[in-house]
Amino acid sequence: MQIDLRTVSIQAQRQTFDHLKRRFGDKPASRYQEASYDIQGAENLHYRPTWDPDQLIYDASITRIVMEDWYALKDPRQFFYNNYTLARARQQETTEANFTFVESRGLAEMLPEELKQIALKLLVPLRHAAWGANMHNAFISGYGYAAIFTQPCMFHAMDNLGIAQYLSRLGLLLGDQEALTAGKEAWLDEETWQPLRRYVEDCLVLRDPFELYVAQNIALDGLLYPMVYERLVDGYLSSKGASAVAMLCQFMSDWFDETRKWTDAVVKVAAAESDANRGILQEWTAKWSSRAAEVLLPIARQAAGSDGEEMLNEEVTAFKARLKKIGVEI
Amino acid sequence: MSTVFIALQANEDTRPIIDAIVQDNPSAIVNREPAMVKIDVPDRMVIRRETIEEHIGRDYDLQELQINLITLSGHVDEDEDSFTLCWNS
Repeated sequence: MQIDLRTVSIQAQRQTFDHLKRRFGDKPASRYQEASYDIQGAENLHYRPTWDPDQLIYDASITRIVMEDWYALKDPRQFFYNNYTLARARQQETTEANFTFVESRGLAEMLPEELKQIALKLLVPLRHAAWGANMHNAFISGYGYAAIFTQPCMFHAMDNLGIAQYLSRLGLLLGDQEALTAGKEAWLDEETWQPLRRYVEDCLVLRDPFELYVAQNIALDGLLYPMVYERLVDGYLSSKGASAVAMLCQFMSDWFDETRKWTDAVVKVAAAESDANRGILQEWTAKWSSRAAEVLLPIARQAAGSDGEEMLNEEVTAFKARLKKIGVEI
Repeated sequence: MSTVFIALQANEDTRPIIDAIVQDNPSAIVNREPAMVKIDVPDRMVIRRETIEEHIGRDYDLQELQINLITLSGHVDEDEDSFTLCWNS
């Protein structure tokens, strides 16, 4: 008896879901596409929410930004639950290793007292600002439109919570419980922090999710992260001998570089959609970024004196160049 | 005219790579086999790091290609930015 072996190729009946076929044609879809496109309910939502009958459950008109297709706001990192959690788990391991390294080698005790105080005064109050960023992104996620836009906002919210926790751990490591108490007091009462606190609290009452996105993720983060983490921590403090602090803040610098790709892409697409959108975005970015620069000034000054002021001016110029690249000139 | 080809495993990692190859080589013919994708291009195929990075949204090292590579034909010319297959003639 003779047996012939042959390969039989079985064509799948469907390559992907129908709604993805309508968008991208009949070909295998990526996991990101399956997990993000047209996921949010858009039709047959019969009732208005009892908690706010003026709006629909998913309402594109809460924001002044108008998009023909909200699903154009894709995330270039293509994060959905699975690969987002994997990416962050890897970063968590790195951060954990950095903390262990600093603790086990006693690097925290070796820091000159003066630098340690600068680092604590600069970083610990920021955990309250990071918590604010968490609230804001959760709000955008709740009131924004289209899963492709709200999904990464939720990730962003969780990231900010993580950053707040890392800052708390840094405070505990360098200055114990007292550092956190002092940080909170500074956030509540000190002159230096009141403008930033006011900024964060004003954002808490914004009702336009896209304006909040610009105020928090573009304007404030766009100046705060390069200023505090790149300039002051990685540059100024490290050059004076506090590179241990830079090690503990590695996640924040990496995270900002990564998320910037996404925030840039969102604004770029929204601005390119229409001149009306571009105008609104210009108005918002101009308003919030000039305010962000103002509120960061006392913080930069406290950490690095007149050098800090100069650094901030350079960062503002760099920020304007970055916005120009994505089509928003201020 | 001679043809060069590359065969990659069909999975989540290679999907954007295949899209990038098709984008950079308009004459590419994509054959989707079970668990494998074979891409034929007449004469010359270029795989560019930049294009792949655009598709996957992160930094990419062209050597990562080897993980999902099944086979290829053609002379290989590889540097950090591109991976080229052609017949020297």
